[in-house]
Amino acid sequence: MNVVPEARSMNTVPAGAGQAAATVPSAEPLLEVDGLTVRLRVEGAQRSVLRDVSISVSAGEAVGLVGESGSGKSMTARAIDRLLPRGAEVSGQIRYDGVDVMTLSGAALRGYRNQVAMIFQDPRAHVNPVRRIGDFMTEALRTNLDVPAAEANRRAADMLDQVGIADGERRLRQYPHELSGGMLQRVTIATALLTEPKLLLADEPTTALDVTTQAEVMAILDDLRREFGLAMLFITHDLELAAAICDRTAVMYAGQIVEVRESALLHDDPLHPYTAALSAARPDIAQTATRLAAIPGRPLSAFEAPDSECAFAPRCPHAQDICRAENPELIGLDGGLSRCARAIELRGRLLLEPAEGGQADV
Amino acid sequence: MSTAVPLVTVHAPRRGGRAVGLLRGTGPAGIASAGVIGVATVVAAIGPLLAPFSPTLPNLALSFVGPTGGHALGFDYEGRDVLSRLLAGAQSSMLGPLAVVIGALLAGTLLAVIAAWRRGVVDAVISSGLDILFAFPGILLAVLAAAVFGAGLPAAAISLAIAYMPYVARVLRGAALKERSQPYVAALEVQGASATTICLRHIVPNVMPLIVAQATILFGYAMVDLAAVSFLGLGVQPPAANWGVMISENQVGIPQGYPLPALAAGGCIVAVVIAFNILGERLFEQAQARQ
Amino acid sequence: MLVASLLVASFVIFGALYLAPGNPIAALSGGRSLPPSSLKVLEARYHLNQPFFAQYWYWLSNALHGNLGISITLRENVTTLIASRVWTTAGLVLYASLIILVLGIGMGLLGGLRPGWLDTSVLVSSAISAAIPSFVAAIVLIALFAVKLGWFPALGNGTDLVSNLRHLTLPAFALALSSLAIVARVTRSAIREEAEREHVQTAVSRGIPRRQLVRRHILRNAAIPITTISGITIASLIAVAAVVETAFSLNGLGAYLVTSAQDKDLAVVQGISLVLVSAFVVINVAVDLAYAVLDPRVKLGSRAT
Repeated sequence: MNVVPEARSMNTVPAGAGQAAATVPSAEPLLEVDGLTVRLRVEGAQRSVLRDVSISVSAGEAVGLVGESGSGKSMTARAIDRLLPRGAEVSGQIRYDGVDVMTLSGAALRGYRNQVAMIFQDPRAHVNPVRRIGDFMTEALRTNLDVPAAEANRRAADMLDQVGIADGERRLRQYPHELSGGMLQRVTIATALLTEPKLLLADEPTTALDVTTQAEVMAILDDLRREFGLAMLFITHDLELAAAICDRTAVMYAGQIVEVRESALLHDDPLHPYTAALSAARPDIAQTATRLAAIPGRPLSAFEAPDSECAFAPRCPHAQDICRAENPELIGLDGGLSRCARAIELRGRLLLEPAEGGQADV
Repeated sequence: MSTAVPLVTVHAPRRGGRAVGLLRGTGPAGIASAGVIGVATVVAAIGPLLAPFSPTLPNLALSFVGPTGGHALGFDYEGRDVLSRLLAGAQSSMLGPLAVVIGALLAGTLLAVIAAWRRGVVDAVISSGLDILFAFPGILLAVLAAAVFGAGLPAAAISLAIAYMPYVARVLRGAALKERSQPYVAALEVQGASATTICLRHIVPNVMPLIVAQATILFGYAMVDLAAVSFLGLGVQPPAANWGVMISENQVGIPQGYPLPALAAGGCIVAVVIAFNILGERLFEQAQARQ
Repeated sequence: MLVASLLVASFVIFGALYLAPGNPIAALSGGRSLPPSSLKVLEARYHLNQPFFAQYWYWLSNALHGNLGISITLRENVTTLIASRVWTTAGLVLYASLIILVLGIGMGLLGGLRPGWLDTSVLVSSAISAAIPSFVAAIVLIALFAVKLGWFPALGNGTDLVSNLRHLTLPAFALALSSLAIVARVTRSAIREEAEREHVQTAVSRGIPRRQLVRRHILRNAAIPITTISGITIASLIAVAAVVETAFSLNGLGAYLVTSAQDKDLAVVQGISLVLVSAFVVINVAVDLAYAVLDPRVKLGSRAT
């Protein structure tokens, strides 16, 4: 229940040695998003961006949040980090360590922000270009945790070493424009870890980087997370990537969660047609195909999706009348969740050649 | 069976239609400003004909008499009807800036397009030359010109046009460079179109909204600067009617308690300049949005 | 760039002698008839029988040594004449700059940091005052504050420091008014823009307190465009000062420039022009320097449009 950071001894350098990676989820989840609905004021009208989103992350667990643009995945992370724009209507609860995050203010809110660190998509836009790297990295330490400058710089240099940037002291004196995109993103990862958070929110941390750098940065993020035993909510549009580094993966469509599943099972046994379609749409380098499989139509944003039917129905090869009758609820299935009205009947058959919509299945 | 005859036939010429569309996009403030400018233009065109009394004939007995019947704004320092003089003065007050703007635009656009088209050394030379021109504030150049060539509107207008040219060129050069690197230009080049054709027929029309916006904003500045030069006695010479001159002539009335003639002339200038500023800014926003 | 600008400017100023209709003698004498002895003096002083560039060289080196020639009308050293007036102009420009910086940036800060009615009123008042040319502002201020209310003197220079300030107040405001508006507007939008930037979001997400956020991330970054526009507007004051000085009958360089232009006293015009243009260029260079200091991404000598 305590969101104020415990006093850390000055000797605690989060080198990770001796800290066992805790991947076994504890009984009470660290982060619980419960029925989160968010509406934003866009050009005078209230637009729905998140609809009844619920997801939980346990201590030390990595959960992936996958979706296309407009699905609401970034917005979920922003809501958790209380970065929503002014005029946003929020209902539902976001609980961290049992406390409703939306009610925090002042010192408690700052404490929360120390415990939950966000890594953003485009490092160049998210780092102040006129301040030095050292200033950027140690700002939270000096301001919120009252760490003296020299000590803060030392920790920053150490952390740079951990993310694979050599010659940390020199780098601390440099400006952001002197570093490449990949290095800058490593700096933001290092910065996020400096306040010894318990939860990382990673919003597409590698999307803005070129492909070779992506792999490097991903590896660093994954390694460090495990080493420090941090929980992570990893947001991406890449289903395979999420499945690779997260224990569980949630899939979002049109502002709703449509599937939650253990990552290992996601690829071979999806529970929702959208997930299956995403999987199938990724070109397999080992095979030749005459046509790339694509999902017909375009992804809907939350405010475009009607509440009266399944949001995916218009594009779904398995859609039937029951899908258009009402917005399905999340159904528990084999340890996972699916928001498909036909989930139980379609179980195990989603990856086969899609049947024509409307055909009665035996 | 046959095509139904439309109730309203719209035959807007392409250019006219574009202009109306541009104007509508500027919002109520922009349209109101355009209205003010329209009125001022009309007055500039036929002002001397509209004046109920002579704008230049002095009658010292009536010097600085306040508003009375038929003379809504009273008399100026030489006993002339202020309203008539304002109406007559609109001509030089509006024509001067027009000449300045046309001059600056022509020269500036020409240089900008050449610099953007040729790039490389030509661009560097032109840009450096323009950078140097930036060192001359407009009014200073006008005063210098007056000292050398004698006071008068032409010298002032030409020197202001020279002083404004680099501002036009800088903005247009950026836009022209962007256009230059568009794929359609390369396509045209491959097809064998000449540089002049591409520039005149394609690049310039595409940056035209920016040119128009610049012209509008510039008109406001030119008006202020030219009026200032006339106020200093180095532009339009009295007894010719001109708003800037009127302020200078009637300034003596202010300490004596007769501020109206000077203030009325000032008011005209401010009203028209505000209109040009607002319209110009809106047009500029539009032009940038399109880019 | 600095040196090149100054050189070219001085060249143009000097060259004005030859642009004038008639020969240089006629230009220098301003169309007056002079006794032959005076003409000889002029010829020698300006080295008129030497090639053009040699003349330019003599003129320029003289100028750099502080010798700007002789006024035809007053028969005195131009340099002396300038020196006696330069403080009025400098004082006026300084006073106006102070007003612009304090009021302009101040209003912009208020409008940028606090949305709402304060912001709207800042926007509206700056839109209006931006359109008021300085000489119109001058007569309005005179009519209102000097004649009607009698708070400030209308014309003239004043005798000692305090009365100088009183005499310079209305002119300074007249000079500052339209520039004030531009600076306020740019300050406001710079702050607004910076507040929306992603790196500010990063700082928020790390729990940086609001006051520090504003100071270290919004204001610090907005300082770049704010400094640039302040510098540019202050530089432009140099030219417009002439108009204000004339309107208020101040004995400054600007007013003197105008009268000597009317009198066709070319040597004086050239001398004052050189001084004013140099000041203008120096201020612009200072702005470039400040920009390079504030923005580490920028190399010296370049300024983003």
